Amino acid sequence: MRTSQATTVRIIASALFLLALLVAVPLLIEATGRTDLYYTLTSVALLSIISAGVWITFYIGRINIGQGAYALMGGYVSAILVTSYGMSFWLTLPLAGLFCAAASVLIGLPILRLRGVYFAMVTLVLTEVARLLALALPVTNGASGIVSIPLPSGISFFGVTLVPDFATLANPRLAFYIVAVLLMALCFLSLYRLAHSRTGQLCQSLQQNEELASSIGVNIAYLRVIAYALSSFFGGVGGAMFAAIAQSIYPSSFTVADSVNFMLNCFLGGLGYVLGPMLGTFVLYFGWDLLFQTGEFQLLIFSTVLIVLMLALPNGLLSLAIPRKRSV
Amino acid sequence: MEQVIANGLYLGAQYALIALGLTLIFALMNVLNFAHGQMYVLGGFVTYTIYGQLKLPFVVALICSGVTLAVIGALMERFLFRTVVRRSKREESTMLLAAATAFFLDAVMLLLFGEKQRGVPKIVSGVFASEGVILPYDRIMVGVIAILMIATFMLFMQYSKPGRAMRALAQDRIAAQLMGVKVERYSMIGFALGAMLAGIVGGLLVSITGVNSGIGGPISIKAFLMVMIGGAGVVGGAIAGGFILGMMESVGLATLREYGDVTYLVIFALLMIFLSIRPNGLMGKPWG
Repeated sequence: MRTSQATTVRIIASALFLLALLVAVPLLIEATGRTDLYYTLTSVALLSIISAGVWITFYIGRINIGQGAYALMGGYVSAILVTSYGMSFWLTLPLAGLFCAAASVLIGLPILRLRGVYFAMVTLVLTEVARLLALALPVTNGASGIVSIPLPSGISFFGVTLVPDFATLANPRLAFYIVAVLLMALCFLSLYRLAHSRTGQLCQSLQQNEELASSIGVNIAYLRVIAYALSSFFGGVGGAMFAAIAQSIYPSSFTVADSVNFMLNCFLGGLGYVLGPMLGTFVLYFGWDLLFQTGEFQLLIFSTVLIVLMLALPNGLLSLAIPRKRSV
Repeated sequence: MEQVIANGLYLGAQYALIALGLTLIFALMNVLNFAHGQMYVLGGFVTYTIYGQLKLPFVVALICSGVTLAVIGALMERFLFRTVVRRSKREESTMLLAAATAFFLDAVMLLLFGEKQRGVPKIVSGVFASEGVILPYDRIMVGVIAILMIATFMLFMQYSKPGRAMRALAQDRIAAQLMGVKVERYSMIGFALGAMLAGIVGGLLVSITGVNSGIGGPISIKAFLMVMIGGAGVVGGAIAGGFILGMMESVGLATLREYGDVTYLVIFALLMIFLSIRPNGLMGKPWG
């Protein structure tokens, strides 16, 4: 009885949160006239999707610093399909994710055997490789990248317009914001389901002790490839969406620094919490933006705050909430 | 061909010295030092200031680079890493801290030295030329100094008291503590030593390639590659990894020239195949 009550409360709380994001935030933005916030919030939503992918690899006990590679890959897949083959953006969005997932299975099969620092280092190098590939391949157009990608077209179903053509909209920023928030909600919903499913429990057993898990009969090789593929899927979708908003993609769109940031987002939010990546991304991105006024001292203050945060709360921001939960 | 091998040896000597510091810190603290490349750049800037700007002898500048970085490394270990290792529930937290210190060093260097490419006048001029090989004398000198330093470092680790203590620490921290090794002191010395190596390589190479505040990250990535090839936390592995990467880069640049800038792609593909056969590198221990 108590658990079902708690579930109801949680569902209502998430619904209210989503409603606030979709209705209250746009109203507030219109009221205050800060339309630039749309872009900021859209970025936070998309970055938190990409970071959620990193969180999944943390869930199986791997430190993933290669998410930038998949974000870049997803962006390029979507951009190439839209510009060269004239596909609808909405079709390329899942395709970009699937392409990244397939690529990550191929890459993951050898490298997922590595652990700890080795896996972290190899994924870090992966980001650099993705950049070099984007520079070297003929289809990606080298350093000049792919520019002036058309805005997403509309979807109509038997004459009923489900999604309007973004190019005809008066305020495409708002449309992008809503799409990003919906995607984020979908992503974190599936993350929550995953973490509380049987597969999620099995993934946690990998995090604790792989040999023990495999001795009980958990198919660890299969599980970690699946988890890594899902992680890359999120990365690809996020990257494709970014390419659509910026209407361009370059080899330097996602670099090693971005990959490190995705990992930092997860760390900062707390690795033991599904909502950790969302909170971490929000704090890091807004913190960075707020510090813009400090000019040349931006990076200095930002990194100092990070170091101090690490010293004070080495287990993530959400770990502040643990003592309260325990006492109930 | 001789030219390619000579270039590879020269590159390998400097790479091995970079990887040594990284692997030492990893072996002692289990910390992947993201800031290693930044430490290298800082060492370069110190030498640039003292040798290039103040016109003091190169040796003095090199020693200053080493000492500055050793002090910074010791302070980082004492006040940052030790605290986080003690308080954190997961070992990975030190990675976040290392990344944050990398950002911090980047910011400090950008403020102090700007973003321009900085170089210093050559230490020795002239070019060594024989039938197959052409090498400037300053490169030969840097290569020789690097090899001498690697040898000194290995002798130090093998025969001195701190060296023995650090090797014990790397093998088993708790057993070393039970045998009376002052774990905290030698962790600090080890971190300082690793940082010092990075600083000295930076100081050496500023005389040849120069430095700018943006190259820290790429240097760290190369150091990671070398450590992966050789095996993390093993001194011999770092040296082997450094020379292998130097040789591959040199051969790759010579043979793959007509296909464009693909040397590192090929190296990475080879590394993936290699790691799927030997996940712990050439000499690494099979730990987590």
